[in-house]
Amino acid sequence: MAYWLQGILSFAAAAGFGIIFNAPRKLLFYCGVVGMTGWLVYSYIDDLSNDPAKSSFAGAFTVAFVAHLMAKKFKMPMIIFSVAGIIPLVPGGSAYNAMRNVIEKNYTVAMEYASVALIISGSIAMGLVFAEIITQLSMKVIGRLKSVD
Amino acid sequence: MTQDFELAVECCLLAGRLMMESGAETYRAEDTMDRMAISQHLTQSQSFVTPTGIIFSGSNSLPTRLVRISNRSTDLERIALVNNVSRKLVNKDITLQEAYSELVSIENEHKTLPLWIQIGAASIASASFLLLYGGTFKDVPTALIAGGIGFSISTLLEMKTRVKFFAEFLAALCICLIAIFSVTWGLGIDVDRIIIGSVMPLVPGLLITNAVRDLMAGHFVSGVSKGAEAFLTAFAIGAGVALGLSF
Repeated sequence: MAYWLQGILSFAAAAGFGIIFNAPRKLLFYCGVVGMTGWLVYSYIDDLSNDPAKSSFAGAFTVAFVAHLMAKKFKMPMIIFSVAGIIPLVPGGSAYNAMRNVIEKNYTVAMEYASVALIISGSIAMGLVFAEIITQLSMKVIGRLKSVD
Repeated sequence: MTQDFELAVECCLLAGRLMMESGAETYRAEDTMDRMAISQHLTQSQSFVTPTGIIFSGSNSLPTRLVRISNRSTDLERIALVNNVSRKLVNKDITLQEAYSELVSIENEHKTLPLWIQIGAASIASASFLLLYGGTFKDVPTALIAGGIGFSISTLLEMKTRVKFFAEFLAALCICLIAIFSVTWGLGIDVDRIIIGSVMPLVPGLLITNAVRDLMAGHFVSGVSKGAEAFLTAFAIGAGVALGLSF
């Protein structure tokens, strides 16, 4: 699918989740932007590497990093921006396929899908952690540079 | 002067409770309460927040207070409003009395968006996910309907029964049945993608993010319990879909 179409769709999905979670109305646009950037990075890395773990890590990292920047800019809790952006990255497809294969009694195939879903969730969590730590460190460095001046 | 301290403790507790009821991270609620307490010269305040209750002690001489958090929902705007009040109080832009009355008015007057707008948003999100996961345009109407119905079932049942897992289970089951029927009647093409797209509004996204952030901040009690809640919700959705598919 063309990237511009993916951008529009992921924007709509993230803004929709912003409405479901009652995000402040004037920030809905930015929730959508965070979701769109995260999904586009995810999709691009997925096309390059064909490895869902890498692309989910990159997507979650981008979402959390952009959400931190927005949180600093608007002086709002970071969670407002990140929640809607994380949801498109959730391994719904592999979890679903795992469930489906359990019903069809293909337990080995089900285990394969389930472990992919587990690895993807792990890499999303790692992406969130890395973004958090990098923003904290960079804030400290910026603060120190400012105090030197 | 003691009166002031009591109001300060009351104010901190109200802010913490409002944040936890709206789905904030545990460490953010603790941080907000501590900052507000320090701004009111309660320098020895201690707070301990879990997803189901808050223990807060203003100082060694004041009594320790406990507040129970019974209903939790997701309302990001309310988190932002409470955060704004605490920021203003810490910057001394408003007095303690003003902050307290603002918090009370947030609790009583703040309204979430009407349900039909939320259902519409859930429908649009479902259809977008269907297409993002490689679905065809012919399946879009089914995903719109299934996503909307699934979300409204889970929200309404959760309001009525207060049992989240049952609500999510039934919602997932309904989505699955709608998808299967639409394909048998020739309205849809790909059962799998319709179900994956329409189930997305039920995914516990806030819990997942909060669990990770709380674990990182060292709040293991909240992090693990939120992780367990997220896992159980996901399991309920999976079980509903599984039951639907096995017909």
